[in-house]
Amino acid sequence: MRLVRVTPLGMLLGALLAASPAPAQDGTLAQVKARGHLVCGVSGGVAGFSMPDGQGRWHGLDVDFCRALAAAIFDDPDKVRFIPQSSAARFTALQSGEIDVLARNTTWTLSRDTAAMNFPVITFFDGQGFLVRKSLNISQVKQLDRATICLQQGTTTELNTADWFRTRGLSYQVVTFANSEQTLGAYESGRCDAYSTDKSSLYGERLKTAHPEDHMILDEAISKEPFAPGVRQGDDAWRDLVAWTHYAMIDAEEAGITQDNVDRLRGETLSPDVKRILGLEGKYGQGLGLTDDWAYRIVRHVGNYGDVFARNLGDGTPLKIPRGLNALWTNGGLQYGPPIR
Amino acid sequence: MTIVRETLLPPAPPPRRAAGPVGWLRDNLFSGAGNTVTTLVILAGLALLLPPVFRFLVTDAVWRGDSGEVCRPEVAGHPVGACWAFIGAKINYLVYGSYPAAERWRPNLFFGLVALGTAWMLWLDAPRRGLGAVFVFLVGPLLSYGLLSGTPVLGLAPIATSLWGGILVTLVVSLVGIVASLPLGILLALGRRSDLPVLRYACIGFIEFWRGVPLITVLFMANVMLPLFLPGDLTVDRLVRPLVGIALFASAYMAEVVRGGLQAIPEGQGRAALALGLTRWQAMRLVILPQALKVVVPGIVNTLIGLFKDTTLVSIVGIADFIRVLEAARADPRWSAPTIPATAYAFAALFYLTFCFAMARYAAFIERRLAAGERGRA
Repeated sequence: MRLVRVTPLGMLLGALLAASPAPAQDGTLAQVKARGHLVCGVSGGVAGFSMPDGQGRWHGLDVDFCRALAAAIFDDPDKVRFIPQSSAARFTALQSGEIDVLARNTTWTLSRDTAAMNFPVITFFDGQGFLVRKSLNISQVKQLDRATICLQQGTTTELNTADWFRTRGLSYQVVTFANSEQTLGAYESGRCDAYSTDKSSLYGERLKTAHPEDHMILDEAISKEPFAPGVRQGDDAWRDLVAWTHYAMIDAEEAGITQDNVDRLRGETLSPDVKRILGLEGKYGQGLGLTDDWAYRIVRHVGNYGDVFARNLGDGTPLKIPRGLNALWTNGGLQYGPPIR
Repeated sequence: MTIVRETLLPPAPPPRRAAGPVGWLRDNLFSGAGNTVTTLVILAGLALLLPPVFRFLVTDAVWRGDSGEVCRPEVAGHPVGACWAFIGAKINYLVYGSYPAAERWRPNLFFGLVALGTAWMLWLDAPRRGLGAVFVFLVGPLLSYGLLSGTPVLGLAPIATSLWGGILVTLVVSLVGIVASLPLGILLALGRRSDLPVLRYACIGFIEFWRGVPLITVLFMANVMLPLFLPGDLTVDRLVRPLVGIALFASAYMAEVVRGGLQAIPEGQGRAALALGLTRWQAMRLVILPQALKVVVPGIVNTLIGLFKDTTLVSIVGIADFIRVLEAARADPRWSAPTIPATAYAFAALFYLTFCFAMARYAAFIERRLAAGERGRA
């Protein structure tokens, strides 16, 4: 009995006894309000989407979405807990009520939508892209005919690649690897002509190479990967709130309301559009179960969609992902918010 | 006349080739052809292996910097090995996870408690070691729980376990496994050798069940499946679920190790103890168990080292243990340089090596010390 150490055995008992009953019948919003914080499932370690800094504070597009939700509900972007979810456990975590919303760069597909969850809104339009050497001198995917492509095992990239190349009668060769390190390593060592995965990840992968400036990401995408937050089925009020949190950020950007000017605009604006968004006119928060300044809170604490994009993915970061499909519809993108009125 | 010397000749020094470092080398490393070849092969292997490792970890390493750029050869101006600047920038996250910065004194105090309890138990000449055992198995755990998780009565704000992370979580998981599995394992081993059939079969069933399932299944069951089975209004903390799983899993293995020790003690020992008038419980506690545990020290330490490393499996089910936070920290695009992954894994290897090596050395020390009683008996 001499090889023993101190520790929280009591933790087991204590926490078991402390198991708190949560109201199961109320809607998610009521539960969140009663609990005093939002619980958000994130991926935990994807550049630009959810990652911790050196002090353990979370950053990223998915993270800011959850913060915006918390800001709308509590007027405090920090009243949210982030629980990293493995891709295997993410859907059960949502179904079992462990998390309120899943913001984990998850692609919205029919099978996932029908299997006991809902995707209220698309927060990021992604697609499978290709990382190639600039020295190849190509600009389109079809120029990769007879190329060797590095992919990661167990992802849908294999299927997408096969579909795309076969339907165009192009030949290609695939080499797969167990994880992204090995895949990138093989690409860098010259074993493959291209490395293919979601474009949003490729920008991060490119930075990990020895000479990022020697590589480029082709503009074209060969698949549709709409990233959407997930919520449980059967809670329409919560679904509305999640969708409108994103729309508020889009509408704010379109109306020119930014995190920097929102307080000034709130004082002096004459535009009815801006007034409605900021809750100065009409009673639009009540329908969501919130106060009327809900969208103002989002922009003030977190910013509009453009602010969030620039802070986490755009030119303000090493990733420098172009807005592309994620530009506002007025700028040729797909981000279109229904009007707040 | 006698031809017997009356004084001894002064002892001559040993031949030069048999003494000192040269002699030691000849005796130990080059005593025969086979031995010489083995020595040379190993030396050649080390000469091949060590310099690059040293170069990577020390000579070519980058120690300071505030972004991954400093760890690129163009910026550093030399080939870059480990990027320790990255570990430095992320160290708070690696140690505490997302534990609030203002409250970090609490994990620090917890680390202190762990050190105190460890020293108390492991330093054999420490005062009041009986009290130390109470501290390690009862007071320490309760104190640590109140400290880390929060006790509103004492003004310690509650800190949700979802904010815990890094080395803190790895230590909590390992220590819970170690502290729970030793007593539980001993009880199970005794139960398995009991004369009462119900108790015996219950223990056998428990042990065989937990040994029969892989740890990863236990963890998936605890963190993915269990919430679906529980009624909606009952939630068990998501860190506690795998903790219970690991504690039970480790107890089953510990029980079998301890049973091995119990079986190694001749039956006569117990009979002699009973003949002296000890009760069965006293005989077990004072005669059999101390000898049995002594026999299985290597087995126990082996199990504990295995357990300590197995705790990294909790990262698969989304617990932010040391390995998980290391992976998450690597995602930062501001810290993306070619050697960052290797640096992270080297850091993890050093961490685990330090702890496991310390455990192994301590066990070796205990074995030598316990073996002192046997010396000269053979």
